[in-house]
Parts: sequence; C-alpha cells; structure tokens
Amino acid sequence: MHYFNVLIVDDEEDFLETITNRLKKRDVDATGTRSGEEALEVLKEKTFDVVVLDIKMPGGMDGIEVLKEIKKLYPLTEVILLTGHASVETSIEGMKLGAFDYLMKPIKLEELLQKIAQAIEKKDAQEQKVRSAQIKKLLRYW
Amino acid sequence: MKTLLYKDLQRKMLILTMVVSFAPLIVLGATMYYQFALTLKSNTEEQIKYRAQAQAEAVDLFLKERTAILCAMADTHSFREMVQEEFLSSIFKVMNLRAGAFVDLGVIDTKGIHQAYVGPYDLRGRNYYEEPWFAEVMSRGAFMSDVYMGFRKLPHFIIAVRRRENKESWILRATINPGILKEIVRSAQVGRTGDAYLINRDGIFQTQTRFTGDILSQSNLKTSLFGKRVTTVELKNDQGKNMIYAGSWLGNDKWLLIISQNPTEQMASLFAVRNVEIFIIVIGFLAIVMTTVFTTRLAVSRIQQSDMKMQELNAQLVQSDKLAALGKMAAGVAHEINNPLAVIIQKTGWMEDLLAEEEFQKSRNLDEFKLSIKKIEEHVERAKKVVHNMLGYARRMEPRLENVDINDTINQTISLLENYSRINNIEIRTDLSKDLPIIAGDQSQLQQVFLNLLTNAIDAIGKNGLVQVKSQRTNSSIYVSVSDNGQGIPVKKQKNVFDPFFTTKEPGKGTGLGLWVSYSIIEKMGGAIRVESSVGKGSTFTVEVPIVARERR
Repeated sequence: MHYFNVLIVDDEEDFLETITNRLKKRDVDATGTRSGEEALEVLKEKTFDVVVLDIKMPGGMDGIEVLKEIKKLYPLTEVILLTGHASVETSIEGMKLGAFDYLMKPIKLEELLQKIAQAIEKKDAQEQKVRSAQIKKLLRYW
Repeated sequence: MKTLLYKDLQRKMLILTMVVSFAPLIVLGATMYYQFALTLKSNTEEQIKYRAQAQAEAVDLFLKERTAILCAMADTHSFREMVQEEFLSSIFKVMNLRAGAFVDLGVIDTKGIHQAYVGPYDLRGRNYYEEPWFAEVMSRGAFMSDVYMGFRKLPHFIIAVRRRENKESWILRATINPGILKEIVRSAQVGRTGDAYLINRDGIFQTQTRFTGDILSQSNLKTSLFGKRVTTVELKNDQGKNMIYAGSWLGNDKWLLIISQNPTEQMASLFAVRNVEIFIIVIGFLAIVMTTVFTTRLAVSRIQQSDMKMQELNAQLVQSDKLAALGKMAAGVAHEINNPLAVIIQKTGWMEDLLAEEEFQKSRNLDEFKLSIKKIEEHVERAKKVVHNMLGYARRMEPRLENVDINDTINQTISLLENYSRINNIEIRTDLSKDLPIIAGDQSQLQQVFLNLLTNAIDAIGKNGLVQVKSQRTNSSIYVSVSDNGQGIPVKKQKNVFDPFFTTKEPGKGTGLGLWVSYSIIEKMGGAIRVESSVGKGSTFTVEVPIVARERR
C-alpha cells in the first residue's frame, strides 16, 4: 500500500477540523492548517503529496499566492483548489498556474477523495518520469 | 399632465416663431410705406413747384408781350396820329390781330384827359389826373394795374405806357381781359381738386379760380409765406382740408401765381402700393402661420415620440439595472451560504462516519439518526442546487464565440425535452426560418436559454397543449419566439418574470432562476428577451439575438 499524505488549508475552522478528522478516519495522513502562511511553514518541515487549498481566505495570504509559492518551492506537490463560485475565474487561473484541479464548495468527501487519488496518480507518473529522466542522464555518463 | 406640457411647448414655439417672423415683415412694410409716402410727397411738391414756376413764366411772358406791343405802338406813332380815333382804331385792330386780349385802347394827354378811345365803353373825355396810376406812369414810364372794377363794373386791369414827344408826354393805355390770364393760369391745374390762380400782394384773387373764390375776393393767403423763389407750403383750406400750395412771384413782383392741390389725390398710387403691401403681408402672414403650425406640430410630435422612446429605454435600463443589482446580491448571498453548507455537509458526514463505529450499532435510535442525517444531506443538497443554479449558470464569464446555427440549437434543445413533452401530451411545433445566418455566439448558453423557455412553456401548459417555436430574422437580429397556450401570466406579474427567485410554479418545483439566468445570458450577448402574455390564452417569449459576424475571434 502506497503511503501518501495530504495538507488541508482552509480558514473555516469547523470545516478544516471535520474534513481532517474524516480523512484520518479513512487512513489518510491529513494535516490541517488555517492559513497560507501556516501551510508554508508546515511544508518546510515535511513533504506533502497533495495540498487541498481554499482559494478565498480573507485576512491572510491569498490562495493563489500560496499556490504560486508551493509550485515554486515544491513543484512535484499537487494542489487541489477549493472554491466558492465567485472564484471560478480564479480557479481557472489557478489551473494555469499549475493546480491539479478545482472543486466547488460544498464538496462531498467522496469527491475529494477521488480527486486526491487522481492527483496522487498524476504525481506518481510525474515522479516516475523524473526518475527515468534521471536514470537516462546517469546512463549517458556511463 | 404630459400632454399639457407638450401643448405648452407647442404654444411657446408657435408664438416665438411668429413674433420673430412677423416683426421684420411688419417693420419692413411700415418702413417701405413711410419711405414711399415721403418720396411721393416730395415728388408732388417738386411737380407743382415746377408747374407754378413754368406757369408764372408764361404769365410773365404774356404780360411782357402786351407791354412791349403797347410800347412799340406808342413809340412808333405820334400823339397827333393817335388821337385820330380812326387811326387808333386801326392800330387796335392790328394789335388784337397779332396778339389779342386787348379790350380797349385809349390815349391820354399830359393833363390826364382821355383824348381818344377805341373800345366797347364810352370813356372819352374822362379825366385820370387824380388816379394814382396816372402819376406813376408819368414818372416811371410804364404801369400795370391790379385787377379792379373801375368805371365799367367788370374786373379788368390796365397796362399804360408813356411816350415823350417834344417835351410833352402822353399815355397809351390798354385794358386787358383778365379772363385770358385765367386761361393761361388754369392750364396748370391738375386733378379733380387742383386749382391755379393769381393773387396780388394783398392776397386778392386776380383771376377767377376753380373752387377757391371769386375774382377780387380775399384769398386769405398770406403772401409773405412765399419767398423770392418758388415756395411750397402746406395749409388747411377753408374746408379744413390739407392742401399744398406752390407760389411763384411774377416778374413784376406784384402778383403771385398759386397752384393748390390736395395731397391725397396724388397719394392714390401710394394707397395702391399700400394695398398691395397689405395683401402681401396678409398672404405672408397666412403662409407663416400655416408653416409654423405645421412645423411646430411636427417638431412637438417628434419630441413626443423620442420622449416615449426614451421612456421605454429608461424602463429597460431600470429593468436591467435592477436585475444586475439583484444578480450581484444573489451571487453574494450564494457565496456566503456556500461556506456554512460546506461545514454542514462535513459535519453530517463526520456524524455518519462515527455512527458506523461498533459502539453505535446497537443503539436503539440508530436508524432515526441515520434518517435524520440523510434528510439533512438531502436538504443541503437542495440548497446547494439553488446556489449552483444561481452561480453556475450566470457565471461571470464572457460568452464564448463559436459558430452557432440557431435552428440546430433549437432542434437539439427540443429533442432533449421530447420525452417530457410526450408524457404530458404536449406537441412542440416548429416554424424555423431557412435563411438564418450562422452567427458567432455561445451555443451552450443559447441552449440553456431555449431549454429554460421551453421548460417554462411546457410547465405553463401542464398537460395537453401546444408549444410553438418560431425563428425569424431581420437585417441585424435573429428572433426566436416560444409560444404556449397555457395559463398565461397576469400583467402585474409580467414585469417580475425576469427577477431572480420569482416563480409561479409550485414551491420546490422551480427555483425562479431560469428566466433570470436566460435574461443575463441574452443581455450579455447584446440581445433582449420580451414577454407577451394574456391570462387564459398563453404566453410568448421572444429572444432577440444580434447577428454577430462569425469568425470574429
């Protein structure tokens, strides 16, 4: 069984807590953070396979900024965006910036799990490519 | 109220235009009339002045001629010859033959005794020594009298000349009929009221006048009014009428030739001009009134029309403003609702998860819990659907531009609803124009609109009915109308049909968003949706889509 972990970023505490609990209950290694800044802090300590990021977080760092930062520092980490409606355009912009996909709130857990699974698959494929590229590189200097 | 306003506007325009056009017309007319009158008057004056002068010269000439003849006779004959009455008579004949106008001829000696006489009166032997003219003629050599009655009781005047012969003086004297003067003078009179006559320095008539007075009566004219040259004066005559008098002194300075004329007579042409002027002004007046009335009416009705159009436009603007504001609000509300919904769904999910644990399985109310959770989820789902309808359809996205065949889109939409309509026994009939152009637009959005309209039409009928879909085009737009023979919409509700959350369907059956979303979509395309409906007969929704050239990316 492949092991993977998920970081959830959302300023709505109730939501964050519940979804983290539910994911944990399904044996997903889920961590919740309440702001973009916090998330970036956590990412320094630990590598995550998938980040579920709420785009609209009033007060702190904007979701899109966080996304840019993550994609810059950890390009192999997949990001799933959560959005209210008004940010559909923002979501699309997010996709262009390298997010894996977006989900419209309110979401069902099953949907989220599905998306996470897809993201992991993509990430694996990506890593596989990186690895084979590295191998080729090594072979060349053989 | 409004019509009063337009009436007022029309009245003001009328008055203004008329004042502006009449004022110059009238001023021009008056000025021309006045100028013409002035010119005419001075012309008239010039004319009678000229005539007075000419006639005075004629009279002068006449008198000089007579004096000259008399002088010639006196100078060429001796006293002795002249006192013989036969000789005198022959001379008198010769004189009258050549010149005429002599009434009699006499020879008077130094002592003033009439020595010889030829003429109709017996004047021989009369002594003129005491007469004032005798002394004058003796001292000055020639004399012409005023007209007077004298011994013979007839108006006449005399010309007398002196002849010196061997230190003796004698006088040749002739009487002249003033009637001849009258003839000469009268030829200067003109018109029905004109008069011409001679007066002496005292203002006494020297000729018979036409109207003014008898010979030798007082004319009441002040001769001092007339200067050395020809002078005109305007005076009231005895009847109180204004008359122009032109006076010219004769060469002897004794007599004044007067021509009088009523100025109004000359003014006849002026009146003719005035009448023509009045006629033209009246015609112009009528023409101006008619054109002004016509143009102001036209202008006001144009204004009225454009006002009405403005109002319509304003109403449309208000409508779209209202919808935009409502849309914004709805979107805001939707977003605020989304977050709590998200939490609720997670919380219930969590509860579900927990209920699955072993310890709860034996709980007596487990099923009740599960049912409640399921209901909560169901209703959250319902709320989510409303919010998604609001947000999902009316995305703040510009419509995509792809090539759209409107008829195709309509047919596709109808096929989606075929089952639904067949179940309810509703026929969908189409009448699609064949020459619709392919336009650039967003097909899925248009389909959304048609779907909404068709669903509404079917729902309005309920069961058993007819829905007609028609497409047409004009130069700039395509019109698609969807008509049903359902229950119709009351006039009061018609203006609300495009409001979000407005629905006539049963609670839970319609969200009240379909038409609102359709409206937003069509408006974004630059088109419009209109509704016509009457209760009991059905409704027609017409969508106008502007023809946008394809391949304009």
